[in-house]
Amino acid sequence: MTNTTQEQAAPTAQNGLFEHAHGAGSPVPLQSRAERRTSFDVADFALPTGREEEWRFTPIDLLRGVLEDRVSDPGALSYDVSAPDAVVVGSLTPGQSPRGSVLAPADRAAVLAHARTPEALHVRIAPDAQLSEPVRVVLQGAAGLRSNTHVVIDAGAHSSGTVVLDHVGSGQHAGNVEIRTGDGSQITVVSLQRWADDAIHLAQHDAQVGRDARFKHVVVSLGGKVVRVNVNVRYAGPGGEATLLGVYFADAGQHLEHRSFVDHEPARCTSLVTYKGALQGETAHTVWVGDVLIQASAEGTSTYELNRNLVLTEGARADSVPNLEIKTGQIEGAGHASATGRFDDEQLFYLQARGIPQVEARRLVVRGFFADVIAQIAVPDIQELLMAAIEEELTGAMLVGSAAAGEQA
Amino acid sequence: MATLKIRDLHVSVETEQGTKEILRGVDLTVRSGETHAIMGPNGSGKSTLAYSIAGHPKYTVTNGTVTLDDEDLLAMSVDERARAGLFLAMQYPVEVPGVTVANFLRTAKTAIDGEAPKLRTWVKDVKTAMTQLRMDPAFAERGVNEGFSGGEKKRHEILQMELLAPRVAILDETDSGLDVDALKVVSEGVNRVKASGEVGVLLITHYTRILRYITPDFVHVFVDGRIAEQGGRELADRLENEGYDRFVPAPA
Repeated sequence: MTNTTQEQAAPTAQNGLFEHAHGAGSPVPLQSRAERRTSFDVADFALPTGREEEWRFTPIDLLRGVLEDRVSDPGALSYDVSAPDAVVVGSLTPGQSPRGSVLAPADRAAVLAHARTPEALHVRIAPDAQLSEPVRVVLQGAAGLRSNTHVVIDAGAHSSGTVVLDHVGSGQHAGNVEIRTGDGSQITVVSLQRWADDAIHLAQHDAQVGRDARFKHVVVSLGGKVVRVNVNVRYAGPGGEATLLGVYFADAGQHLEHRSFVDHEPARCTSLVTYKGALQGETAHTVWVGDVLIQASAEGTSTYELNRNLVLTEGARADSVPNLEIKTGQIEGAGHASATGRFDDEQLFYLQARGIPQVEARRLVVRGFFADVIAQIAVPDIQELLMAAIEEELTGAMLVGSAAAGEQA
Repeated sequence: MATLKIRDLHVSVETEQGTKEILRGVDLTVRSGETHAIMGPNGSGKSTLAYSIAGHPKYTVTNGTVTLDDEDLLAMSVDERARAGLFLAMQYPVEVPGVTVANFLRTAKTAIDGEAPKLRTWVKDVKTAMTQLRMDPAFAERGVNEGFSGGEKKRHEILQMELLAPRVAILDETDSGLDVDALKVVSEGVNRVKASGEVGVLLITHYTRILRYITPDFVHVFVDGRIAEQGGRELADRLENEGYDRFVPAPA
């Protein structure tokens, strides 16, 4: 058996775009990603110091409250669930199957969300059900309060549908999402982080993709002071397809962190990870860490990871770390690309040279940057919501942009 | 009737070695209906002239004036210059990923005209112009210059020139990198715009080849940041035979 690592270079960079390179600044994990600890016991996860590999980018100081071992404050979080007929909504206590069958907590926030949530929300999509409308869960947090949640999404074999988790309001929130998709199912799960600017949200999402199932996971992070979403995907059998999409827009003072881990064990599964983010304002910080493990048994795997960051103003910082670990040569393909670029002044000049005013030109470029990932989301009202939200974020960017232009003039 | 007037234009750029003057007193007048060819060796400042007129932030005008019908172009932003009737076909058109050609063209046309074009005639105009430039209609749905070949980018520049109907068009080495067939197609496009008689053309080129297809009324030889000699069509023929050698100081 041969071990091979294939890397595809990203398309040629335009001005100001930096391709990532291995070497200094791009540490390779010391152990296999599969060996990272998971546990259902709170005692197994001490308070992180910030020096741990998985916490090294995160502002730990802001997380003391959310990492305290306690149950939710009364009234900290309310659910509002609307679901079509073929969906049964119930609850699960810790240890009550299928709760805990897919998600094993991998950090302190996740173990708290598991152990300190007495009743998990259970969303069950009946086998063969074809949902015509998405299931919508609005999670409304209350400012200043601490909450734990656990959501179990259980989609039967050959079912199809979309589940939207919409996080609004504020507070400090540790939330787990556990997703089991049945064989041959086609399920999309969308997690919207539309928090107020002072919210803290640590999340672990684990999905198990059924045999020959198609699974799409979408993360949209716009609000919140600290948002950290860890997404883990495994396959229950061969032929599964996982598409992980992310869109984020960080303003001054926001830390938006997204980590994904796709564990290829069965043969002939595919994964496609695409995360795109824009940053504007001093201290805006985004992190993307994408891990893919292709185990020795995972012959015929096809995987590609892509992260792109568009830095609109000075002082913002995007960290981007792809890791690909391959233990068999018998694969279809594996690659990754990561690039962080400043707003391209040559693009701006080109558009302005065609009469398009600067503000509109900037809008065009940013919308164009997100266009392909938004197209892949393929849930019309989420796409519309996203375009509107980006438009709103850009209104802020325009002010910053025109102020900068004013200084130059 | 439009007149682009360039008077005693001095332009410099910041380099690692400090400020470098590139244009050293350019005088030129281009009226609608006229085609001026600017020819010169590499590094003589031809492209700097084009980008300075269009307002690229890299270049600093240190002296002189550029007016379009007595309006001060140098006081305008890049987009204001374009809306005043200036067009620059670039040597290296920029990719704008995710922005479709159709959306880009409509947005530009709306900006230039001050109102959105009538949908039915606009779609037809775009299709006709693309067909004439032998561009696959599928290009309309691709990202602006995204993955275009060199020739496709140049056709796309001329497509914009035809649709935006400028009063003065600067073509910066539009012929470079084109094979003969593509050069003919692109030249036909320029000639269609010229046929209106309402556009002044400033054709910047290193080679005389494109002048077989686009006939210049005036030829200017550009050397060391200024116009060294001017004449008619025959000057281009002379350059073709003699090269630029007699304008370039012989190495000591």
